[in-house]
Amino acid sequence: MSYLEKEALKVVGTRPVRPDGVDKVTGRANFGADMAMPGMLWGKIKRSPYAHARIVSINTDKAMALPGVRAVTTRADFPDVPPERAHIGEAPANLRDLSRNCMAKGKVLYEGHAVAAVAATSPAIAERALDLIEVEYEVLPYVMDVEAAMGPEAPLLHDDIFTAGADPKPAKPSNIAKIVRFNKGDIEAGFREAEVVLERRYTTKPVHQAYIEPHACVVSVASDGQTTIWSSSQGQFMVRGYTSRIVGADIADIRAIPAEIGGGFGGKTIVYLEPVAYMLSKKSGRPVKIVMSREEVFRASGPTSGAVVEVKLGARRDGKIVGAQVVLKYQAGAFPGSPVNQGCMCAFAAYDLPNVSVTGYDVLSNRPKVAAYRAPGSPISAFGVESCIDELAHELRIDPLKLREVNGARDGTKAAHGPTWVNIGYQRTLEAAKASGHLNTRLGPNQGRGIASGFWFNAGGESSAAVHVNEDGTLSVTCGHPDIGGSRASMAMMVAEVLGVPFDRVRPVVGDTTSIGFSAVTGGSRVTFAGGAAVTRSAEKVIEELKKRAAVMWDISPEAVEWRDGRAYPAGPNAGSFEPLDLSAIAAKSGRTGGPISAEVQLNAQGQGPGFATHICDVEVDKETGFVKILRYTAIQDVGRAIHPSYVEGQMQGGVAQGIGWALNEEYIYDKDGRLENPGFLDYRVPVAPDVPMIDTIMVEVPNPRHPFGARGVGEVPIVPPMAAVANAIYDATGIRLRDLPMSPPRVRAAIDASEPLRAAAE
Amino acid sequence: MPRVVISGEAARRFTGGVSELEVEANNFRRLILELDRRFPGLGHQIDEGMAVAIDGEIYQDAYLAPLEPGSEIYLIPKIGGG
Repeated sequence: MSYLEKEALKVVGTRPVRPDGVDKVTGRANFGADMAMPGMLWGKIKRSPYAHARIVSINTDKAMALPGVRAVTTRADFPDVPPERAHIGEAPANLRDLSRNCMAKGKVLYEGHAVAAVAATSPAIAERALDLIEVEYEVLPYVMDVEAAMGPEAPLLHDDIFTAGADPKPAKPSNIAKIVRFNKGDIEAGFREAEVVLERRYTTKPVHQAYIEPHACVVSVASDGQTTIWSSSQGQFMVRGYTSRIVGADIADIRAIPAEIGGGFGGKTIVYLEPVAYMLSKKSGRPVKIVMSREEVFRASGPTSGAVVEVKLGARRDGKIVGAQVVLKYQAGAFPGSPVNQGCMCAFAAYDLPNVSVTGYDVLSNRPKVAAYRAPGSPISAFGVESCIDELAHELRIDPLKLREVNGARDGTKAAHGPTWVNIGYQRTLEAAKASGHLNTRLGPNQGRGIASGFWFNAGGESSAAVHVNEDGTLSVTCGHPDIGGSRASMAMMVAEVLGVPFDRVRPVVGDTTSIGFSAVTGGSRVTFAGGAAVTRSAEKVIEELKKRAAVMWDISPEAVEWRDGRAYPAGPNAGSFEPLDLSAIAAKSGRTGGPISAEVQLNAQGQGPGFATHICDVEVDKETGFVKILRYTAIQDVGRAIHPSYVEGQMQGGVAQGIGWALNEEYIYDKDGRLENPGFLDYRVPVAPDVPMIDTIMVEVPNPRHPFGARGVGEVPIVPPMAAVANAIYDATGIRLRDLPMSPPRVRAAIDASEPLRAAAE
Repeated sequence: MPRVVISGEAARRFTGGVSELEVEANNFRRLILELDRRFPGLGHQIDEGMAVAIDGEIYQDAYLAPLEPGSEIYLIPKIGGG
C-alpha cells in the first residue's frame, strides 16, 4: 500500500520527541563501554610500534606469569580463514584480511596493528602485562603516500596481490590491488569538440569518522561455547556474522546484543575487538571487556582514504561539457578495499555528459585499513569534480549554478556509469538553491561564496521488523538495526501512521540477534527506506489480523470490516451496525479471538532512490592568519519524503559539519618512521561548535515511489559537497584556488604568500 | 530479449571484451545463470561483487528482480555505504 499523498498523513512529517531522548540526555542510555558483568576481566591489545615489520617471535610467558593475568592471546589462537568474500557488513569483505586486521599474522602492516592481547582482573594489570609481552620484529621499509605506493620500487605489503582489472594480467605482485575503468561515448572526440579544456589535480587526506564513542565490547564465552556479545556497532548481525567466521564458531552459538551507539558514520560496520575478546574469554572462562582508547581508535581503526583526484573537463563556450575525465587514486590502507569503485561511479553522477572516462586505483599502503565513511568514496571524487566545475565556470564566465543547471542530470539522463536516472531531484535542488535567498545576500571584504553538488546511491537490502499488539492496545515495534540517526522514531511514526494511532502509543525497540530476523547493518542510508518498508508491511499485516478479530467479535465476515483512524468499522450498512472497536478493545479480547496479535516481516528492499544535494557556503578568509571562518551555510537536498523532518535536517547538518572538518582541518600527521603524531582530538581537529554556524537546511521532496511513504536515504549525501563548496568559496574570497585538503590556516596562509608576488607582477 | 551492459573491466575479462549482449532471462537469477553458461566464471563474479541496475533502479542481491524484454540492464560494482 502507498502513503504518498502527503496531505493525508497525520504522523509522518511531524516532529515528535525522540523515544530514546530522555535516556540519552540523562545518562541512562547504555553504550558499549557501560556494560559490566560479574567476574569480568579487562582486555588490552598490544599493538605494533612499526609501520611495516615482520614478526619474528612473540613471547608471552612473562605476561602470563603476572598475577591477575588470566589469558593471553596471539595469532596462534585464531583459525586460518580462507580469503573468501563475505557479504556480512557493508561492501563485501575479505574474511582473511579482516581476520588479520584483528590480529596480525606474519607481518604488521601499520603502526597500531594488533599483535597480541591480554585479559586481567584490572585495566592496570592488563596494561602492565602488555609491556611484558616480548615481540621481536624485523623492521621493513614502509610506504604511506598513495602515488609512491603505486611505484615499481615501492615496499610491497603483500606478495600475493596482483592488480585485478589490469590487462594483461600482471606477472608481479603490486600495491595496486585493483584498477577500475568506466567509459561512456568517445572521450577523445569530446575533448576535440571542446573550446575550453581544463586539467587539474586535487588531493585529499585520510580522515577519520571521529565518532565520539570508541569501539567497545564485552564478550562472554561459556564452557559449552554459547557466547554473548554486547557491543557498540552499526549492526548486531554483522558483529555476530564476522565474529563467528573469524573465531570459527557457529552463528547459532552467538547472541549479539546491540548497545547504544555513540556515532559510527560507517566506521562501525566491521569488527576489531569482538573476535579478540572472544578468544580471551574462551581461554579464561570469564567475560572479557575491551574498550579502545582514543589513541587506539586513530591508530587502528579505519579512516577513509586519502586520494589523488585528477580531473580533465572540456566544454563548449556555451557551457555544455562535452568531455569529462577523472583518474582516482585511493588509499586502501593495509588491505585491499578502498571505496574507489564508488568514487568512480559517483564522480560525474550528477551530470548529463556525452563523453566520460573514469579510472580508479585501489592502492595499498602502510596505514590502517580504511573503513566506510558516509557516502564512501563520493566526497573524495566530488571534491575534485566540483572544484573543477567551479574552475570551468570561472573560465567560461558562466555562473557556477547556471553551469550545473545546463549540465545537470534529469530524469532520463544516462549516468556515466550506465543506468538511466528515474525520479531524481537534482535539478530541484538547484532550483531551490536559486530560490533560497542565500545567493542574494551581499558579501563583505575577504568574503566569498561557493556552490557544490553531490550524489550518493543510498541503499536497500535485508531488514526484519515485528509489530506486536500489547494486551492494553499499545504497540511494540522491534527492528534489527541499531538506531544511529533516529530510526526508532521514524519506525514508530510509520507504524503509528499505518495503524492510525498516536505516536506515543508505539514503543520502538532495537532487537538482539535472537529476538528479530536478520537485518543488514545500519549503513548506506538504508534503514528508513528498508526498515521502513518492513515496519509498514508488518503494520499492514497487523491490521489484517485486527480486522479478522473484529469480525469474530461481531460475527461477520472479515471482508466486511474496514480499518480507519485506529478503529475497526463495519465496511458498510450491509455489514451490520456495530460500535467501532479500537486497538485496546480488540487487544482485550485477543485471547478469546485467536491469541496474541503480531506480525513480522522480512524483506530485501530494492529501489532505494538516489540522493542529490546542492550546498551554498559563505566564508571569510583572514589573510593574516589563513583562518577560514564559515559565515553561512545552506544545504539543499532531495530527501524523498521526510518521515521526521528534524532528524532529516539533523543528518544534513551533521554531514555538513563533518565535511567542514574534512575541508579545513582534519588530517593524519605521521613522523619520519610512519608513526602517527596526532592520535587525539587535541591535535586531530574536528569542528567544534564555534567553528560551525547554524546550518540552514532546505528539504526538497521528490517522493521515491518504491517506498510506501516515498522516503529515500538522507544520511550520506550531505557530506559530499562541503569540501568543494568551501574551496570554491575561498577562491571567491581570495582569488586563490586551493586544490589540496585540508585547507588549514598554515596552508591557506602559504597559498596567500605564494600568490602575492604573482599578484604584484600582474598589477 | 533484455539487453545487458557490463560496466567496468573486471567482469568484461570473462566475456573477451564483450560489454553489451542480449540474454534470454526474465529475472536476475536466470540472467546470472545464462551469463555464467556463456562465460564460465562470470556468474560467480556477478554474485560476489556486482549489483544490477534495471531501468535505472539499483538492485543488490536480488535474484528475483524481474526483467522485461525491453529492460535496460547494467551490471555495476556492488555498493557499500557508511
